[in-house]
Amino acid sequence: MSEATPKFKITIDGHTVEVDPGTTILNAARLLGGDSVPPAMCYYTSLKGSGGKCRTCLVEVSKGSEKDPRPMPKLVASCSTTVMDGMEIKNKSSQRVLDARSGVVEMLLINHPLDCPICDQAGECHLQDLAYEHGKSNTRYEFERRTFEKLDIGEYIKLHMTRCILCYRCVYTANQLTDKREHGVLKRGDAAEIGTFIENNLTNDFIGNVIDVCPVGALTDKTFRFRSRVWYTKPMDVHRDCPTCSGKAVAWMIGDEVARVTARKDQFGEVKEFICNDCRFHKKEKSDWTIEGPRHIDRTSVISANHYELEIPKHTPLLNKA
Amino acid sequence: MARKLLLEHAQVEGIHTYDVYRKNGGYKAVEKALKSMSPEDVVEEVKKSGLRGRGGAGFPTGMKWSFIAKPEGVPRHLLCNADESEPGTFKDRYLMEKIPHLLIEGMIVSSYALGCNSSYIYIRGEYMYVLQILERAIAEAYANGWLGKNIQGSGYDLDLHVSPGAGAYICGEETALIESLEGKRGNPRMKPPFPAVQGLWARPTVVNNVETIAAVVPIVNEGGDSYAAIGVGKSTGTKLISASGNINKPGVYEIELGVSVEEFIYSDQYCGGMKNGKRIKACVPGGSSVPILPHYLITKTAAGESRLMTYESLADGGFASGSMLGSGGFIVYDEDQCIVRNTWNFSRFYHHESCGQCSPCREGTGWMEKVLHRLEYGHGKMEDIDLLWDIQRQIEGNTICPLGDAAAWPVAAAIRHFREEFEWHVNEPKRCLETNYGLVKEKTFESVNA
Ligand SMILES: Cc1cc2nc3c(=O)[nH]c(=O)nc-3n(C[C@H](O)[C@H](O)[C@H](O)COP(=O)(O)O)c2cc1C
Ligand code: SF4
Ligand code: SF4
Ligand code: FES
Repeated sequence: MSEATPKFKITIDGHTVEVDPGTTILNAARLLGGDSVPPAMCYYTSLKGSGGKCRTCLVEVSKGSEKDPRPMPKLVASCSTTVMDGMEIKNKSSQRVLDARSGVVEMLLINHPLDCPICDQAGECHLQDLAYEHGKSNTRYEFERRTFEKLDIGEYIKLHMTRCILCYRCVYTANQLTDKREHGVLKRGDAAEIGTFIENNLTNDFIGNVIDVCPVGALTDKTFRFRSRVWYTKPMDVHRDCPTCSGKAVAWMIGDEVARVTARKDQFGEVKEFICNDCRFHKKEKSDWTIEGPRHIDRTSVISANHYELEIPKHTPLLNKA
Repeated sequence: MARKLLLEHAQVEGIHTYDVYRKNGGYKAVEKALKSMSPEDVVEEVKKSGLRGRGGAGFPTGMKWSFIAKPEGVPRHLLCNADESEPGTFKDRYLMEKIPHLLIEGMIVSSYALGCNSSYIYIRGEYMYVLQILERAIAEAYANGWLGKNIQGSGYDLDLHVSPGAGAYICGEETALIESLEGKRGNPRMKPPFPAVQGLWARPTVVNNVETIAAVVPIVNEGGDSYAAIGVGKSTGTKLISASGNINKPGVYEIELGVSVEEFIYSDQYCGGMKNGKRIKACVPGGSSVPILPHYLITKTAAGESRLMTYESLADGGFASGSMLGSGGFIVYDEDQCIVRNTWNFSRFYHHESCGQCSPCREGTGWMEKVLHRLEYGHGKMEDIDLLWDIQRQIEGNTICPLGDAAAWPVAAAIRHFREEFEWHVNEPKRCLETNYGLVKEKTFESVNA
């Protein structure tokens, strides 16, 4: 028997947790849960290489480690900084972090259309949630916003770059699903866009998962788009015997009708088991599925505002005002 | 007379050819290193020399070299950063164009010190003609047995490749350079892992600036101590300065670190003073990324001491009253130049060059440019100045790579030292537009606002 590897003891906003060496600050915070968890718009556990880009997860390291207690001079991206033994981290207890985060949110919103009421993602959009919690109540941006034409990428997926926050999650998803590079980022800076290069169709059996990893309404399901607001649908945990994937999914029902199928997301909005296109786009009959029961939506999200038990965020709804 | 270690022979007829270069003492450092020094000896001399990276950050080169990981059986790489795209900086081009063999010689000696058998020069795409000069020189070096297998019978092998970029400033950032060299989109990587551990193709890699690598040649020839004898404190040796702006003699100068800024601007050996007898208004001493200095902080520090051309003295006073030596892009502004216009111009550059990976830089650089444009063209509001201050603060320190800081610092420094000029743009939009350099005749206020 090998000896158990020693654990690292770290503190986030005064709460202590022991984690394995190599754990990131974000994942340590997720073990603690609650207010310790920084928001993450680009990191995605199952996507290799993801993280570091959106900068919403910045935290302050007020003590580097037991051995070298010096604080880190800059805020660090918690999703891509690993813990050291004795590290002390400030998330919500640091004004610097809160300021930087509201700064990042402001940046993410300056070129984002403020038209949540007509966006298909409204209600399950991480940016919307983030803006409720960290956004300022008015915009200081007085210039024309960046806009793009909507694109069909493949038979089932719509890309609306105007809403994209360039988190690269869909890029990593596509890259990690296939050997071919057929989906990536073109151009640079704020002209950068997600693209399939010469309007390729994305055809991989699992490509539908780019919809689930997208934190905003940039990638949406053409078989569902605008059929209903999500909060009028009832999410049910369902499964089926699928030869391609696990067959474990969520069916979003309107009455007896399956309006949409997605993979199951955890409380941090991440899919642990990706589902195949067949389950997602073709199994739209109630009889296709075995229903397990109503899905519990953990995230404090705008979805909860309508028919879930969680508390509604109290801040002024920024986006609906615009 | 100041000593020249790099450009000593730059004016010799035909120095770009192998024969002339060799006749003027070329490739002696390679001979010396391969025949009488171990790789560790070379690293030791570089450490003793106190040489600091000439690409902008000023990190001690010997220390950087000693960090390179040496796992058994894994090749290591030396990459020369010839991407030189910072506005105001053009020294590497001059060096490569005039004396390409000096860089090649430096690459051989440095690769030997690091134990690399294939090394790369990543050159800015716009320098295509320089690439051709380098390729010709490399072919000569191969033909004369300074590159390839078993160099000069020493048993040491080295292949040297030149690879052009495709027009992106960001590919000068070392990890973006590595991505680009691997054939990928030039996005900076997250660190750690650092290139010294996982760089090109996940192998241990050192990235150094052209001038840094060239400086290794005199260090090996004359010894680290002799190099360290030049300069002041931790600023040792000589440095190439790209001087531009409203001076009598713009150009590339090799200075001994430690000469005073006053001497550099006013003596005939260097910039030759201000053009047309105008007064000096401001100076950006280290390339567009570093803070701009107002006239009263250029030749003297806030404490009243003479300001020197060294890493330390130029930074004296921190960002409140100092700047940085940076890459040595020394830009001088006379009394007719508009700081708002200059700041807008710089911010336009950073907006254009942001890779767009991280949100504060991607969105913030464009926002700053738009606000500065509005101020410059007479539509600004007083709140815009504070807004700019906020935006740059929201970017600085919060991004993946230093381009975010590089975009933020010039804006912060311009507001810090020239706030009145921004306010003047708001209060007197018409007058300031008419006074602005270059706009006086071609465009009237009305035509710009039409
Ligand atoms: C946006 C950006 C652009 C850069 N461009 C260059 C460049 O063109 N040439 C260069 O030598 N270093 C450049 N650097 C610095 C490099 O990342 C790196 O620090 C340098 O090449 C190291 O070499 P040195 O230690 O010899 O200075 C740049 C850095 C950043 C952040
Ligand atoms: S389309 Fe969605 S998943 Fe892809 S980069 Fe944009 S926001 Fe991220
Ligand atoms: S700071 Fe700017 S250039 Fe650097 S990685 Fe971020 S977006 Fe790219
Ligand atoms: S989640 Fe960490 S930077 Fe985006």
